[in-house]
Amino acid sequence: MSALLDVKNLQTYFITDDGLVKAVDGVSFDLREGETLGLVGESGCGKSVTALSILRLIPNPPGKIVGGEILFEGRDLIKLSEDEIRAVRGNRIAMIFQEPMTSLNPVLTIGRQVSEPIIVHRNTSKEEALKESIKLLTSVKIPAAETRVKAYPHHFSGGMRQRAMIAMGLGCNPKLIIADEPTTALDVTIQAQLLELMKNLTRDYGTALIIITHNLGVVARYADRVNVMYAGRIVEKGTARSIYGDPRHPYTIGLMASVPRLDQDTKTKLVPIEGQPPDLLYVPPGCAFHPRCIYASDKCPQVVPELRAVDANHEIACWENVKK
Amino acid sequence: MTDAITDQIEPRRAPRVGFRAVLRAIIKHKLSRVGIIIIIMLVSMAAFAPWLAPYDPNKQDLYHVLSGPSMEHWLGTDNVGRDLLSRIIYGARVSLMVGVLSTLLSATIGSLIGLVAGYKGGVVDMVVMRITDTFMCIPWLVFVLVLAAALGPGLINIIITLGALGWTGFARIIRGQVLMVRELPYVEAARASGATGRRIMFKHLLPNSVAPIIVASSITLGLFIMVESAAAFFGLGAQPPTASWGKALRTGYAYLEIVPLFSIAPGAMITLAVLAFNFLGDGLRDALDPRLRGEGEKL
Repeated sequence: MSALLDVKNLQTYFITDDGLVKAVDGVSFDLREGETLGLVGESGCGKSVTALSILRLIPNPPGKIVGGEILFEGRDLIKLSEDEIRAVRGNRIAMIFQEPMTSLNPVLTIGRQVSEPIIVHRNTSKEEALKESIKLLTSVKIPAAETRVKAYPHHFSGGMRQRAMIAMGLGCNPKLIIADEPTTALDVTIQAQLLELMKNLTRDYGTALIIITHNLGVVARYADRVNVMYAGRIVEKGTARSIYGDPRHPYTIGLMASVPRLDQDTKTKLVPIEGQPPDLLYVPPGCAFHPRCIYASDKCPQVVPELRAVDANHEIACWENVKK
Repeated sequence: MTDAITDQIEPRRAPRVGFRAVLRAIIKHKLSRVGIIIIIMLVSMAAFAPWLAPYDPNKQDLYHVLSGPSMEHWLGTDNVGRDLLSRIIYGARVSLMVGVLSTLLSATIGSLIGLVAGYKGGVVDMVVMRITDTFMCIPWLVFVLVLAAALGPGLINIIITLGALGWTGFARIIRGQVLMVRELPYVEAARASGATGRRIMFKHLLPNSVAPIIVASSITLGLFIMVESAAAFFGLGAQPPTASWGKALRTGYAYLEIVPLFSIAPGAMITLAVLAFNFLGDGLRDALDPRLRGEGEKL
């Protein structure tokens, strides 16, 4: 099956007063229909910028997609006109944002907002769109959806708002949903419910899903494949199973080691990654991770490592052959 | 003049408060309660003028010209023997009509201009705001006089002139709000769901930016009533025989020593109206900003 989304060598830079920020620097990945991809990394590693670039939502200025291709259903999204990309947004590709408390307009009813993509893309009447949104809200398990469509966002709890956001995303039955930290601001119990819901819905509708998160647990459970990002580049990619079972990049190994686990002896110390994520204005030369890497050799500060296969469906960008 | 308005209303997030909560807060605010009572009085005067006024405002009683207060004419009569009380009651119509229409006009123009400037940003914003600054430099009364002279006197021309001048404060307020609101996640979410620029502007940005406009409108309304009276004072507003406070003030001014009430009464009405709308504006400002709620009590 051909790829639904094929991102090739994407470069998104921000031109700031202090200098050039290469927020995304040569990212390539692909996604098949119905597949779930996890995009993992620390804050500021370029996960969200990658997602916003796909929908061309990078504020310009200061941001700009300077290179690469984003092939979606055979079309390069970067080359589309403003009207054409607008027809893709919310229709073929939907996005769910991380702040359920502020991602809904406080002066419009939930029904109006869930209807919005349907009205924009389907040209249906308001009444029909409202009926459709009741169905959608029911499908995201909002009880008494018929009356809740008349409610305003401040009547909803965080979890319910995020459900409404998911309903809004599903409105036009998109081929791809990008969820940017969809559960970060929520209680753990609600997180699990919502992820389960999203997984089921995407399975039922055959929608592909990109989950952007810094939560490795989320990815482990729900993603088919995982891309680990560091300083604007993908440093490791592979199936979720291979990355969790056999992480090969020192950064991924470090990430795993810094997550507390219940099944570990409490006397086992967590091993944090030393140092700070790099300031993207001054990315270290060579492999951006080398100043924090315990395996770094002489070659690392000099040449940027390209992704290379270490296994079937498992690539890393590292000069060393590290095994956990 | 508009600077004062703009400065009072710094851009801030539209507080999410229910209509009822705002109403309750306005009524709790002592000054705005006074304002509301006066405004209700003025509006009823304008609306029920034919029933309230003891005489036809244009009917002359030539036996009582320039008479002081009496049982027949409570406030006395003017220089051509018309009942002053009736003319003041009818005069509320002119003042309120000019005030409301010109405020509506300038708030609409200003909101649209501020919305576009704030949303588009960059060069558009720069150019539009410099034009706004230029308009702000124009001395109002002089411009009103010049334009009224060019267009000819009359109420419609005064309204147009005030609308053409008064939008600057509104534009600045809305622009400031839009600059803040457009960064909020729901605007990005709307864009991500494929909404057009126009849809984002009118469905998301404008409704979340208008709260301070309500406050500014109330204060501007009072200001416009005053400017209208000033224009009428110079003979540019309502034309005879229409009853107008500004004109009565002007005519009465000549007879100040004989019948002081002839100019004091319309002057008091103008002051009262301007004050009432300012009080309401103050109350609205505090009511719409929950941080200030309750402080009105101390006034």
